[in-house]
Amino acid sequence: MPIAYISKRLFHLTLIMLGVSVLVFLMLRMIPGDPARLLLGEFATQEDLARLRTQMGLDRPYPAQYGIYLANILQGDLGNSLRNGAPVATEIGVRLPATLELAVAAMLIASLVGIAAGVISSVRQYSVFDYGSMFVALIGVSMPIFWLGLMLMYLLAVMFPIMPMMGRIGMGSEPEVVTGLMLVDTLLAGEFGDFLDALHHLVLPAFTLATIPMAIVARITRSAMLEVLNKDYVRTARAKGMGEAVVILRHALRNAFLPVVTVLGLNLGLLLGGAVLTETIFSWPGLGRYVVDSLMARDYAAVQGCILVFAGLMACINLIVDLVYVVLDPRIRVHA
Amino acid sequence: MSDPVLQIIGLKTQFQTRRGVVKAVDGLDLELHPGETFGLVGESGCGKSVTALSILRLLPKPAGRIAAGRILFDGKDLATVGEAEIRRIRGNRISMIFQEPMTSLNPVYTIGFQIEEVLRKHRGMRRAEARAEAARTLGLVGMPEPAARLDDYPHQFSGGMRQRAMIAMALACRPVLMIADEPSTALDVTIQAQILDLIARLKQEFGMSVLLITHDLGVVAEICRNVAVMYAGKVVESAGVDELFSRPVHPYTVGLFNSLPRVGGRTGGLKPIPGVVPSLANLPPGCAFQDRCSRRHEACGEEPPWREIVPGHHARCWKPLEVSHGAADSGR
Amino acid sequence: MRRWETFQDLLRSRSATFGMGLIVVVLLVAVIGPTFAPYDPLKPTPLDRLQGPSEAHLFGTDSLGRDIFSRVIYGARISILIGLISVSISLLPGTLLGLVAGYFGGRADSLIMRLMDMLLAFPAILLAIFITAILGPSLPNTMVAVGIVYIPHYARIVRASVLSLKEQLFVQAIAHLGGGHARILGRHILPNALPPIIVYATLGMGTAVLQAAALGFLGLGAQPPQPEWGAMLSEGRQYIQIAPHVAAFPGAAILVLVLGFNLFGDGLRDVLDPSLRSV
Repeated sequence: MPIAYISKRLFHLTLIMLGVSVLVFLMLRMIPGDPARLLLGEFATQEDLARLRTQMGLDRPYPAQYGIYLANILQGDLGNSLRNGAPVATEIGVRLPATLELAVAAMLIASLVGIAAGVISSVRQYSVFDYGSMFVALIGVSMPIFWLGLMLMYLLAVMFPIMPMMGRIGMGSEPEVVTGLMLVDTLLAGEFGDFLDALHHLVLPAFTLATIPMAIVARITRSAMLEVLNKDYVRTARAKGMGEAVVILRHALRNAFLPVVTVLGLNLGLLLGGAVLTETIFSWPGLGRYVVDSLMARDYAAVQGCILVFAGLMACINLIVDLVYVVLDPRIRVHA
Repeated sequence: MSDPVLQIIGLKTQFQTRRGVVKAVDGLDLELHPGETFGLVGESGCGKSVTALSILRLLPKPAGRIAAGRILFDGKDLATVGEAEIRRIRGNRISMIFQEPMTSLNPVYTIGFQIEEVLRKHRGMRRAEARAEAARTLGLVGMPEPAARLDDYPHQFSGGMRQRAMIAMALACRPVLMIADEPSTALDVTIQAQILDLIARLKQEFGMSVLLITHDLGVVAEICRNVAVMYAGKVVESAGVDELFSRPVHPYTVGLFNSLPRVGGRTGGLKPIPGVVPSLANLPPGCAFQDRCSRRHEACGEEPPWREIVPGHHARCWKPLEVSHGAADSGR
Repeated sequence: MRRWETFQDLLRSRSATFGMGLIVVVLLVAVIGPTFAPYDPLKPTPLDRLQGPSEAHLFGTDSLGRDIFSRVIYGARISILIGLISVSISLLPGTLLGLVAGYFGGRADSLIMRLMDMLLAFPAILLAIFITAILGPSLPNTMVAVGIVYIPHYARIVRASVLSLKEQLFVQAIAHLGGGHARILGRHILPNALPPIIVYATLGMGTAVLQAAALGFLGLGAQPPQPEWGAMLSEGRQYIQIAPHVAAFPGAAILVLVLGFNLFGDGLRDVLDPSLRSV
């Protein structure tokens, strides 16, 4: 295992996170108004303000303030929400699984459908399927995700009411929170009916969120496959007498994965960003919606915490993508 | 003489391109006998590689297709058998090795896996058995520490070793015929000789026949027993190797030999064949070589006959060089 | 001349022409549309609220009784401006940073790229939301926010181009001949780095429109009663169950414009530099 490579990436990750925290810190200071007041809200008393100011070190130079800020974060203290005084870290912790569930579901859909469509398009180049799916993919990346969500919602929840319109599960069916993942918790509680209900609620938002990544994956898979299918080693595989399916899936696709994974990694931000909008539309109680609600309510403490968490998530997932890359490409594995 | 292992009759392979139909192979006949190394020689673009690909039906689809002809092997016509049948033959009864071992091996799988793949597919071996056999085969092709190298990836081998690995892959199922498309061209000169020796030795050991595709007359002289010279999609001369090298009769073949730089020969410029190969989409009627031929005359507008010069030596020409068999050579 | 051939290739490309066509349509609507708009886009007529599409109102009316068709027409202008301005804001600093980082390398490169990486660590929409929050919600501020968010993308692309150009012999030759940095950058590197920049800028306009629409949807952009398409969608959301048309048409308009940019950008890329396929 290329330890050097991994530690280099980890170091990079730490640097980035530090940088992000600095940026967030600075940006928070840039919001017009007194930071203490911003964090405590309109009805804070002068004493509270004064106390917070000392606590945050607002009377001290910026670097010291940052130091306090960073120390707090590292201890897991992201401040307290303006709206209800609860620690932001807890609020985030409660909502994070919802977003994760949505994002993972969307990623699965996007990968499976996208890769399948890309492979078929490349093998049947210039066919109706090829032109059709590429056109659909193009439309997919050209439309606003929140519009798609709304249209799907209307079609499938209002016009033909076969899908629920919002939320993660029917009222009163919430299982006991173990992981926070509805699909897991309902199963753990043994409530199969509720599990199906949760799944039912997941479909529309997950599919909406999956649209853009799906389109991107399909296009990239197609072009990567087209390149790979022309390679000599594919011809060799055929010359060995391998069946078409083996040639395409084992020999070609495995090589086409590399650029697909790269692009997936680069487009993670789209997924997280899309989550923000999708959750807003479907009233999905996740982190995305929390950020937006907090912003509307000028709950800057919450906003700041959320942004840190989001950036952190993205950075971690990027790292995972890098690791996956190492596994997929033996040339890196052995040389790094 | 025993029955030929492979018999190609009137093969015509064509490609559909934007500029029209390209006749890459335009009526090719060839016979390969058991245990023989047959050399198919010609410049780039003459159709020799396409011939090789046609045998195993590895032409790029949908552009390439076998338009006519028969490829007789094992009592079947490979040009028309079903997909399942040709797959059963590929890598199994007939295998092929290619010019560029680096790009011809899949970079994301180990060499061991790629060799085992053929064994498991055609011989139905289980993993352990296939692995052992793969190691054995690698050893046979002269790979040091074969068992250890099974788990290495193509990029971890040197050029020569990669080609050996390819050969191992091709040999694993003990094919009756091996097609080698420029096997040594992409390698260093010293390695070239090793690989050619290896092929010759393996041929002896396993009683294989080898169809060697090359542009290099030197390679042909090394290991081939019979040779066919191709030009613009057709065989223009064929003979035993000694006969061809000492008494070439087709103007193109003669031109080829004359254009070779000679060690210790007279000084004076190289003598290339004037002109260029005609576009395969736009061949002139009759002999394709006529525009570059110093012996050209009116009959050349007609398709030249496949003439026997002496038994075992044929040429497709109206006016092949007259070389006396037994007298001193002229013009060498 | 190479440029003429390129233009001809472009015309031959189906996606480029179709995309250009869509863009031109929207442009026309933006420029001439308002003179032909049947109603005043800002005038509320409470008696006619939430009516579905009809002869009188092609796209129906919204919750204040305003004609959606007219509002969509006026919104075209806004969206095109968003695309142009946001991309300009990203393009100039991004290109500059990319040029400096790629050309001078070393510490400047590390510093700049680390900074860019930090910005890229945020999901685009979140960063845009945050910046807009700092600047205050308004249409111009969303354009600025979106512009800033995409600076790192352009920086990266330009840097990559510069790096590969630096390798090429002719650049090294000129450097040896004693060309000054500015001269090399301006006359040799920049013009050759243009194709990817142009492609990305075209595609980027579509992205900018989408992001700004998202901000508008969240209420951070154009403030009512401006007929910005994204903001109109936000209103449409409230009434999705009873009046889907309020959301349907502005969204479709966004789709048409962005599709145009994407089609044209794809065609442009195939003509200018197919190796950018993974972008």
